[in-house]
Amino acid sequence: MGLLTFKGGVHPNDGKSLAKDKAIVELLPQGDLVYPLSQHIGAPAKPVVAKGDHVLKGQKIAEAGGFVSAPIYASVSGTVKAIEPRVNPTGSKVNSIIIANDGQYEEVEYPQPKPLSELTKEEILNIIGEAGIVGMGGAGFPTRVKLSPKEPDKIDYIIANCAECEPYITADYRRMLENPELLVEGMRVILKLFDNAKGLFAIEDNKPDCIAKLKELTKDEPRMEVREMMTKYPQGAERQLIFANTGRAINSTMLPADAGCVVDNVETIISVYNAVVKGIPSMERVVTVTGDGVVNPGNYKVLFGTNQNELIEAAGGLKEGCEKVISGGPMMGFAMYTTDTPVTKTSSSILCMSKDEVSACEPTACINCGRCVDACPSRIIPSRLADFAERHDEEAFLKFNGLECVECGSCSYVCPAKRQLKQAIGSMRKTALANKKKK
Amino acid sequence: MSEQLKVSSSPHIRSKETTGNIMLWVIIALLPATFFGIYNFRDTHAWLLVIVTTAAAVLTEYIYEKLMHKKITIKDYSAAVTGLLLALNLPPTAPIWMGIIGSVFAILVVKQLFGGLGQNFMNPALGARCFLLISFTGRMTSFVYDGVSGATPLATIRANIEAGNAALDGVNSMDMLIGNIAGTIGETSVIAIVIGAIILILKGIIDLRIPGTYIVTFALFIGIFGGFVDGVGFFNVQYMTAELCGGGLMLGAWFMATDYVTSPITKKGQIVYGILLGCLTGLFRLFGGSAEGVSYAIIFSNLLVPLIERVTLPKPFGKGGEK
Repeated sequence: MGLLTFKGGVHPNDGKSLAKDKAIVELLPQGDLVYPLSQHIGAPAKPVVAKGDHVLKGQKIAEAGGFVSAPIYASVSGTVKAIEPRVNPTGSKVNSIIIANDGQYEEVEYPQPKPLSELTKEEILNIIGEAGIVGMGGAGFPTRVKLSPKEPDKIDYIIANCAECEPYITADYRRMLENPELLVEGMRVILKLFDNAKGLFAIEDNKPDCIAKLKELTKDEPRMEVREMMTKYPQGAERQLIFANTGRAINSTMLPADAGCVVDNVETIISVYNAVVKGIPSMERVVTVTGDGVVNPGNYKVLFGTNQNELIEAAGGLKEGCEKVISGGPMMGFAMYTTDTPVTKTSSSILCMSKDEVSACEPTACINCGRCVDACPSRIIPSRLADFAERHDEEAFLKFNGLECVECGSCSYVCPAKRQLKQAIGSMRKTALANKKKK
Repeated sequence: MSEQLKVSSSPHIRSKETTGNIMLWVIIALLPATFFGIYNFRDTHAWLLVIVTTAAAVLTEYIYEKLMHKKITIKDYSAAVTGLLLALNLPPTAPIWMGIIGSVFAILVVKQLFGGLGQNFMNPALGARCFLLISFTGRMTSFVYDGVSGATPLATIRANIEAGNAALDGVNSMDMLIGNIAGTIGETSVIAIVIGAIILILKGIIDLRIPGTYIVTFALFIGIFGGFVDGVGFFNVQYMTAELCGGGLMLGAWFMATDYVTSPITKKGQIVYGILLGCLTGLFRLFGGSAEGVSYAIIFSNLLVPLIERVTLPKPFGKGGEK
C-alpha cells in the first residue's frame, strides 16, 4: 500500500533538524504570568478571581463563558496583579488575567480521579470540559464540544493528528518520542466515548522513530492503528488528514463528525490523559523554540502564561539581527511585533528567522502559471480568488468557492510572482463570512 | 527587547522559484532550436535576425516602461522570451527591420497596451507574427533553403495535391525530424524542439496536458479527415508524420500553446484548449489559405480562454471535486 496522502500541497524545507534531537526541557517561569481570557474559539472565559486574590497552581481563575468556551487555570501560585488587556501572540490586545508568580508553586489538591473503567461517558466529557482543554494544534476549538457530536455512535475514526506538517516545529515529535504511552492512554480515554470508533495515529513518514514506537505500543490494541502518511504540507490540515486516512472528503460547511471522524492533536490528547486519568487541568504544553535566528533551538515544556521572552532566553536568546519572530510554524504562524506575549494553549512554537524572506521579495504580476492551482488542497483557483479579493468582488469570490479556502498558505508559498495570495483571500474570506452571518 | 521585528501575513517562507527563473528556463529550452536554426540557415543572416529581434523586444519594453514611469520589468526575461520566440517564427530571409517592427508590435501593442505581463490576452510573439503575415505576406511566406528558394514540406504537399500528383512527392520525413528543410528559423527541427520541451517538462515548467492533447487531437484529426480530404488514405503514416513535423506545429505546441498567460489555468480547461487547438489547426491546414495554420489556431484559441475557464471551473475539495 502506498503512503496515505491528498492531492495538492507543497514540500517546503522542513527545518526540523534544528530542534529534532533536543529533548524536552522543563522550564519554570520567572516573571509575571499572563492568561488571555480568549485563547480558544468561542466565548471568552469569565474571570472568577479579582485583583489582589491569592491563587494556587491548578486553581480555576476563569470559567467557561458559554457552551463553546473553556475555563482557565492558574499555572503557578501567586497573586492576581491585574485583569487588563494585554497583547497576545496574534498581535491583538485581549483581556487577560495577570498573576505575579510567588515562585512557591503551591498546588491545589486535585480530587482523586475514579479509574477509567468506572467513569461514564458523561463524566469523562465533563472532566475534559472542566479541565479547560482546547485543540492545541492551533485552532483552539474546545475539545469537549468536539468530543460531543450529535450521534457519537456514528463516529468510526478518532484520528490523532501526529502529522506535525508545519516545517520547523518538533514539539509533537518530541512528545511522541518521549511520552508515547501518554498519547496511547489519552486515546484510550477518547475511545471510551465512542463505542464504534477506531483510534488512528496518523504520522508523516519523516518520523520513522515515532512510527516504530507507537506501533510497538499499540500492537496489542485491537482498537488502535498507526497510519503512515506522505510527508507533505498540509498533511495535518483536518480535511486533508481525514481524506488521507479515510478517503472521505468534507467541505467548509461540514464538520469532521459528518464524515464519522474526530481529529485531535498530540498535545490535546495528552492533556485529555492528564485531566481524566491524573485529574490535572490543562496548564502546560510543549513549545519548540527554533529557527536560524535563535542561539540554541530546543523543545520546552512550559506553563501557560509564561512570557515568550523567557522561552527565547532559555534558548540562548535571539541572534544579532534576527528579523522575524513567529508564533507557530512558518506556513500558518503569526509574525509577532513584540515577543512580550504569553505562551497560550495554542502556542506550538516560537520560530525565529534571521532573514525575513517575505519582505525580501517583491510581489509582481501574476503570469497565470497555475502553480497555486496545483498546490491548493481545496482545489480552488487561488490566483483568481486573490484578484477578486483585491477588487472586493464578493460575488465572484463566492462563486469561485473562495469560502473553501483553509488558509494553509501553500499558494503564496509556490507563487513565482511572490503574490500575497493567502493574505488577500484570507481577508476577503473574513469579510464574506461576516456578511453571511449578518444575513 | 528593543529590536525591530518584521511582521507580515503567513506564510513566512517562499519557494525559490521566480518568474525570472521560469522565463530563463524557457530561453534555455529554446536554445537548441535557436542554434539549430542559425546553423541550418547559416547562409542567411538568421543569427543577426535572432539577436536583433530579441534585443528589440527587450528595448521596447524598457523604453515604454521608462516613458510611462512604470517599474522596469526586463529582468523577468519575459520580453526576451517574446523576442526570441518571434525571431524563431520568422523566415531566415526576413529583413532585419521586419524583426524590429514585429518586436515593437508584440511588446508595445499586444503586451504593454493591455497592461503588461500577465494581462495580454494573446501570445505577443504570435500576435506579432500574424501582424507581419498580414502586412508583409510575400516576405513572410517566401522561404529559401540552401541558397535557392524552396517550398516548405507542407506547401509541397499542398502543391502536389493541387497539381494532381502524389501528395507526398519530394517530402522526406527524416529531413523533417532533423530539420534539414525550409521554414522559419526555429520551427524546422523537431528533435531540437523536443529536446527543449523535455527540459521544460523535467523542470516542471510545462506539463503534457496542453501540448499532449494538442498533438494527439491534431494527429487523429489529420489522420481521419486529411486522408479523406487530401486523398492519401486514412492514417497514412508518412503523411501524418509530415503534418506533425511541419508547419511549426511542434514549436507552437510545446512553446506557444503552453504560454501561461494565454492558456487556461484550470486543468480541465487545458484539455479543452488542447483539443480545440488540434481541431482548429487541422481545419486551417486542410481548408485554410496557407499551409500552416498553427499561429492562427493558437491566437484564436487564446481569445476563447476566458470562456473555457468559465465552463471548466473545478469543483472544490469536499464538494464532489477531484480528490
